[in-house]
Amino acid sequence: MIKLPGFLRGRHGGPLGILILAAVLLVAMPALLDLYRLNLAGRYLTYAFVAVGLVLCWGYGGILSLGQGIFFGVGGYAMAMFLKLEASDPESTRIQTTPGIPDFMDWNRITELPWFWVPFESLAFTLVAVLVLPAAFAFVIGYAMFKRRVSGVYFAIITQALAVVLTILIVGQQGYTGGINGITDLRTLKGWDIRDESAQYLFYYLNAVLLIGCVLLGRWVLNGKYGRILTALRDREDRVRFSGYDVADFKIFIFCLAAFMSGIGGAMFTLQVGFMSPSFVGIVPSIEFVIFAAVGGRLSLLGGVYGALLVSYAKTLFAEAYPQLWQVMIGTVFILVVLVLPYGLASVYQRYGKRVLSRLKGSRRAPPPPPSSLPQDSATEGRR
Amino acid sequence: MSSNTDFLLAIEDLTVSFDGFKAIEGLSFYMDKNELRVVIGPNGAGKTTLLDLICGKTRATEGSIKFKGKELTRMSEHRIVWEGVGRKFQNPSIYEGLTVFDNLEASYPRGRGVFGALAFKRDEEVVERIRQVAREIQLDDKLEQEAGLLSHGQKQWLEIGMLLIQDPELLLLDEPVAGMSLSERLETAQLLKTIAKGRSVVVIEHDMAFVKSLGGKVTVLHQGKILAEGAMEALQQDRRVIDVYLGH
Ligand SMILES: Nc1ncnc2c1ncn2[C@@H]1O[C@H](COP(=O)(O)OP(=O)(O)OP(=O)(O)O)[C@@H](O)[C@H]1O
Ligand SMILES: [Mg+2]
Repeated sequence: MIKLPGFLRGRHGGPLGILILAAVLLVAMPALLDLYRLNLAGRYLTYAFVAVGLVLCWGYGGILSLGQGIFFGVGGYAMAMFLKLEASDPESTRIQTTPGIPDFMDWNRITELPWFWVPFESLAFTLVAVLVLPAAFAFVIGYAMFKRRVSGVYFAIITQALAVVLTILIVGQQGYTGGINGITDLRTLKGWDIRDESAQYLFYYLNAVLLIGCVLLGRWVLNGKYGRILTALRDREDRVRFSGYDVADFKIFIFCLAAFMSGIGGAMFTLQVGFMSPSFVGIVPSIEFVIFAAVGGRLSLLGGVYGALLVSYAKTLFAEAYPQLWQVMIGTVFILVVLVLPYGLASVYQRYGKRVLSRLKGSRRAPPPPPSSLPQDSATEGRR
Repeated sequence: MSSNTDFLLAIEDLTVSFDGFKAIEGLSFYMDKNELRVVIGPNGAGKTTLLDLICGKTRATEGSIKFKGKELTRMSEHRIVWEGVGRKFQNPSIYEGLTVFDNLEASYPRGRGVFGALAFKRDEEVVERIRQVAREIQLDDKLEQEAGLLSHGQKQWLEIGMLLIQDPELLLLDEPVAGMSLSERLETAQLLKTIAKGRSVVVIEHDMAFVKSLGGKVTVLHQGKILAEGAMEALQQDRRVIDVYLGH
């Protein structure tokens, strides 16, 4: 082992941020919230997977996707298909014209399980599909776009259009997908009731642990040479290309990684909420995901988690009371964040939170970096 | 064609047309191994475009560019780099938010694929090589500094360093002393002479004093064509060159 000078070590965050996150998710929330609210928080945290993915691909890679709902949906639907098939055993569906297939198929006069549903009878296949399918979709989209050097606004618009296409497809093919209502009435997983208390707690913890895992994975990716090339190509694509890198490959990878995380979020959503529907696939959820990342701080993986939690919580509070007003409010918040706080809540924490923390510890830490160095330094969580 | 394989770089009948406007027209250009070549010419002569064509940034309409006998006109940009061509842009093009060290490491020729970059380890070899290049470009005491805070001249050097770390066989430098102070120019001339040992270098330059201090063969470009070629001293007597370029 060689001893590296200080500047070569620690970059994105020390253990402190992760420890705080773990304490909040694994200790504080279960202790403070009743099961109903904890389940709600768990649902918000499934969105955080998407937000963390967006921090990677949008914040660091400069690739704005307005179609992350696609990947959330693919993961969620894969899980829902498995659970639906389990809920549609011949015994419980004996009153149907064709017993043994999901109820919505029967209502749509389908008499045989469609071929693409068949593999989802296997839990192993389903789990692999949850982990692989979203990234595979992203690979196809990314390959087609980035190899042709489609980027920026054009890429954002195309991803948005794809999210619309997928929604239309799901809604239109009611017999195969459950249509606008989605796939509902999911009850058991291998005979184990997913709606009972112990299952809800277990899913909450599993979700939290997976999310922390994604944050750590994101950090690992950003900390290495790949991460530096990624940020470099966001700012100076040509310099990276003419330094011998296939820029498209680097973009495809981070887009796939973001999709992979989103897919896990989608599957965890299905497990905790008990259904999946096209309303989590289209434009509106996709834009909300971007807002989560923007509010939390698009250069902060941890910020993405808190952004998803806070904005979703606010949505639950306000959207129920003033459904019309919510759209205006969230739009305003987004514009304000972009104008006033481009690096989101994470930058506020960097500027003030750290100072408070170091005061508390009474240590003589270096003062926080000046605001001018914000984009690269202080908004990336706990770099020093 | 066989005779051209002796050259490191052989460009023949190269033409590029931007919507009918020919920025380079029927140009042929040859370079030997270890040659230092300066390209001069008035604004808009097509100097930058020529470098763009070699490194793949712009694609030729007609003609061929052979580097070590390999055709570059249809090769992807990163592969041209892998072949050993390094390009410095006219405006300093560095990663301003990263430190000098990170800038150099980002160009280090290992871990160029996605998975190679993910698995990349900053070992002693890497650190040593970065230090070595940093010494060459006189930035070894600024490794920890954010590159955006460097002076203009230092940024130019850093970009040269980012190419040097790849040890290219052909280095394309577009106006490397633009915006530099006199003393920086002198140091850069010295640096370029050191760099040119063991590799070929193309330098585009407007500053005649600097061109002279470099020595080497000079190519004069005018309206996308080669007007004259030879030693600077001879070109300064050339009527055509004086008319289009040196006269004013
Ligand atoms: N992508 C492009 N599309 C259209 N015209 C172009 C393009 N690139 C260059 N040109 C034109 O080609 C001509 C040559 O440009 P080039 O940049 O190569 O000149 P130059 O010799 O480098 O000049 P300077 O000394 O000002 O840097 C100019 O007239 C320029 O406007
Ligand atoms: Mg030029």
